[in-house]
Amino acid sequence: MSPLDHKLLRDLWRMKGQAAAIGLVIAMGVMMLVMMTGLVASLSETRHAYYDRYRLADVFAPVSRAPDRMIAELAGIDGVSAVEGRVTGQALIDVPGEDLPVQARAISLPDRGRPALNDIFLTDGRLPETGRTDEIVLLNSFARAHELAPGDMLRATMNGQRRSFQIVGLAQSPEFLYTTAPGELVPDDARFGVIWTSRSGLAAAYDMEGAFNEALIALTRGANENAVLSAADRMLDPYGGAGAYGLADQASNRFVAEEITQMDAASRVVPPIFLAVAAFLLYIVILRMVQAEREEIGLVKAFGYTNAEVGAHYLKFVLAIAVGGAAAGCLLGIAAGRGLVGLYTTYYKFPFLVFQLDPGSFITGFLVSVLVASAGGLLVLRNVFALTPANAMRPPAPPDYSRSGRRLGGLKTFLDQPSRMVLRRLTRQPGRMAGAIVGIACGMALSVSMLTLFAGFERTMDQTFSVVDRSDVMVTFTHPLSAKTLFELQRIPGVERAEPVRNVSVVLRNGLRSHRGALTGLPSTPDLNRALDADMEPLVLPAEGIVLSVPLARTLGIEAGDMLAVDVREGRQPLLQIRVASIAHTLLGSPAYMQLDALNRALREPGRVSGAYLTIDEALQSDIYRTLQDMPTVAGVSVKSDARAAFEAIINSGAGATRFVYGAIAFIITFGIIYNAARIAFAERTRDLASLRVIGFTKAEAAFVLLGELAVVTLLALPLGALMGYYLSFGIAAGFSTEFYQVPADFDPGSYGMAIMVVLGAALISGLIVKRDLDRADLVSALKTRE
Amino acid sequence: MPEPAFTTHRLTKVYGEGRSAVHALRGVDLEIPGGEIVVLLGPSGSGKSTLLNIIGGLDRATDGSAHFRDRNLSQMTDSQLTRYRRDHVGFVFQFYNLMPSLTAHENVELVTEIARDPMDPEEALALVGLRERVDHFPAQLSGGEQQRVAIARAIAKQPDVLFCDEPTGALDSQTGRAVLEVIRDVNETLGSTVLMVTHAANTAQMADRVIHFADGALREVVVNDTKLSPAEIDW
Ligand SMILES: Nc1ncnc2c1ncn2[C@@H]1O[C@H](COP(=O)(O)OP(=O)(O)OP(=O)(O)O)[C@@H](O)[C@H]1O
Ligand SMILES: [Mg+2]
Repeated sequence: MSPLDHKLLRDLWRMKGQAAAIGLVIAMGVMMLVMMTGLVASLSETRHAYYDRYRLADVFAPVSRAPDRMIAELAGIDGVSAVEGRVTGQALIDVPGEDLPVQARAISLPDRGRPALNDIFLTDGRLPETGRTDEIVLLNSFARAHELAPGDMLRATMNGQRRSFQIVGLAQSPEFLYTTAPGELVPDDARFGVIWTSRSGLAAAYDMEGAFNEALIALTRGANENAVLSAADRMLDPYGGAGAYGLADQASNRFVAEEITQMDAASRVVPPIFLAVAAFLLYIVILRMVQAEREEIGLVKAFGYTNAEVGAHYLKFVLAIAVGGAAAGCLLGIAAGRGLVGLYTTYYKFPFLVFQLDPGSFITGFLVSVLVASAGGLLVLRNVFALTPANAMRPPAPPDYSRSGRRLGGLKTFLDQPSRMVLRRLTRQPGRMAGAIVGIACGMALSVSMLTLFAGFERTMDQTFSVVDRSDVMVTFTHPLSAKTLFELQRIPGVERAEPVRNVSVVLRNGLRSHRGALTGLPSTPDLNRALDADMEPLVLPAEGIVLSVPLARTLGIEAGDMLAVDVREGRQPLLQIRVASIAHTLLGSPAYMQLDALNRALREPGRVSGAYLTIDEALQSDIYRTLQDMPTVAGVSVKSDARAAFEAIINSGAGATRFVYGAIAFIITFGIIYNAARIAFAERTRDLASLRVIGFTKAEAAFVLLGELAVVTLLALPLGALMGYYLSFGIAAGFSTEFYQVPADFDPGSYGMAIMVVLGAALISGLIVKRDLDRADLVSALKTRE
Repeated sequence: MPEPAFTTHRLTKVYGEGRSAVHALRGVDLEIPGGEIVVLLGPSGSGKSTLLNIIGGLDRATDGSAHFRDRNLSQMTDSQLTRYRRDHVGFVFQFYNLMPSLTAHENVELVTEIARDPMDPEEALALVGLRERVDHFPAQLSGGEQQRVAIARAIAKQPDVLFCDEPTGALDSQTGRAVLEVIRDVNETLGSTVLMVTHAANTAQMADRVIHFADGALREVVVNDTKLSPAEIDW
């Protein structure tokens, strides 16, 4: 081995603490990139595989009642590869021990064999036996939420009739990864059930013998979905077609897709930022490390080593750290990614897992680390090469303190010698200090932005459930009713107030862009369920026109003042043209609002409501629930505290939960940065500090000179980091915002306070570690070798 | 007189500018014959190291010219200077300048690695009496021992010219004499030109030629007709 390689290894060993700190920071950046892109790749791959294996339909075509022969006609549409007709219906399940019945959907299974489309994955028990109309398979997640198991009996109301069923099996279905009760915003396993039972039994219950009320359609590769949708609509129109829609608009898929999109967006924003910070740190450290080697460089050059040879040596040195860090990051990323994918697979109820890595992330991780390290190394080397060996070998001229000495003259009387040493170093080596300050500021910025993000999530939740929605209970009717129903509700003892709402299911279209969702009609000044903008100001609902949320307007590519096509998907199904009155920032969901009266006018259905928000007297809660349950026009009752819990569960364990992973890594990086700054200061000053000790300064005084510098640098970094973090948090919050919920990046003093604590804590720990090394340092050898 | 190894013409070196400028060399005209041992004497700060650095190819003159044989050092590119140092020059620096993270052996190896016809590093270390300490790091060696490693490092490449900046500064008389013997051997067996800076005036007794330096200029060049071997020098 050549002596330079010996030197390389020994230098690495000597600087192992520092090398490890830099390696760690890089490793964390790369790990995050590998892990998160791997997570996104694995989840979308798994989802596709799951959909594929269980033959999830590409198109769903609900209809009132179509004869079975229409199946063959639908199959004849160009681009259709398979069609399955099934019977589905609303049901209410009586869950033992609960005041309120739970909404459910009953779905038919063929009497013989498996469904051609939308197959289910039986996790427990068996399928209903042929001819047994009292046997059902229950959605696994719902059964678990209510501790139901095969063998249990279940009472349900279907089409107005109470019936008893025996649960014979539990199943998962790609169609119901997420279940959201009609009229509710947040998916909740416990609040919506799915029942599968035999076609003949269900047909009898819903009066569908020889007919179906939902067609499932699979497309051939490359088929034109829009053409199929229109063809199906045309064919089913005479039978009360409610409008075919593609998988992209299917509720569960939409939610999962949104989750994956959120992770994808976050993984495109956050890891690059972290990696950039790691890269910047690497750059600063390499700069200082190579600077410290000036004399050695001069020496080997004096012996006749060429610039290329010397450059290669130092590049090897920085690459060892960069590549080591990146490699560790890749390995950690694979391991952690695997674990995370496993967790999410369970969370999203995928029955199996396709683990996949994004090779691009490895390449990016390596390239960024290596390029930045080389750039940092080369930049300093270029300066060093410009020196003649004689100059390079001369120990760097002691910084000229004469001017600062004069400038500090006035302070002399107040400051003792060690304090003056700290101050002088800060003022005389501004370049180095600036590097250290910006480095620590980056750590502070990461912490600030992650903590702001955490606070943003809390805020979204709080505001949605205490400021936006101030009701206790939401009642959904089976169909739009006269506004007079409200008085009926108000008469129930214990109901304090009732406020009408009308949700109309619609497809909003602007040219080729469309969005399937609900249009919400509210009183002009709603009080219980308010339409608020992101600043918590009530939205002004104009007498005419629609108010769209920002993500919705973006999806539709539409601006205020434009006309929006509203394809109503219920009742007479009119096609309306309504002007977009304004576009508003909202926090939860992607709502489209209208004034209730204006909406009813547009629909030509004056005085109709589809539900109501209630505030109730908690003491009478059970009685109220019982009364509501007995009202035949009430389809569902949702309790806000349940909804809140469900929302909390979603953002704390879904894609939103990756924020904790990001946060943890941010804190590790912050610590790495600060520890590293302390180590560099220590390495650069070992000799000075030893000299101080030799001339009689105490350990504490010597430590003060070193730690004082670290303290001042850290304190200077705090405001800069806070400012950087302020801007960073907008980018990060945007990465975490979805169609389903928006995360604000508002200034939150608490987050800044926390971030300051994190940085100071890291500085304190780093300082203590370095101080311990300083106390242990051998004076004589510190003086003998220069470093 | 043999072919000159070095000739300088009005060699000038100014550090810094303006009022704080230091004139380290003020137009030095000098001729150093090949194969001789030349000793450079002069008070501290008179420009001895500066001269060595320039004709050793470590630094560039501000003005004037310096030739090694027939090659003009002042006109060489950086890479030509590197080549020159690599192929012809051995250096013993005033401040030893060992690599702290390399052992004595590896410090010598650092030079023999890239030399054309080097000795074995062990052999070079043995010549300076450090056979036993080859695996020690500079921090484990005394100042004099470090200086001897530096000398071993310079002679190990068997250079055409050997520059020694106070090679015996930190040595006792006995070790100092041994080191000077080694230097003289290199001069005699290889015919290397030796240029040695020293504060010990009696070292001049082993030189072919003694150059007296003061205030950045030549004072006097004395040819020594009564050259002594280091053993005979009176300390
Ligand atoms: N890089 C530099 N910048 C400014 N002045 C310098 C520099 N290097 C040397 N000098 C000055 O040039 C003059 C000559 O220095 P040089 O090192 O050549 O002296 P020297 O004769 O070797 O002295 P010594 O015997 O003390 O080693 C001195 O006055 C010194 O202060
Ligand atoms: Mg000198």
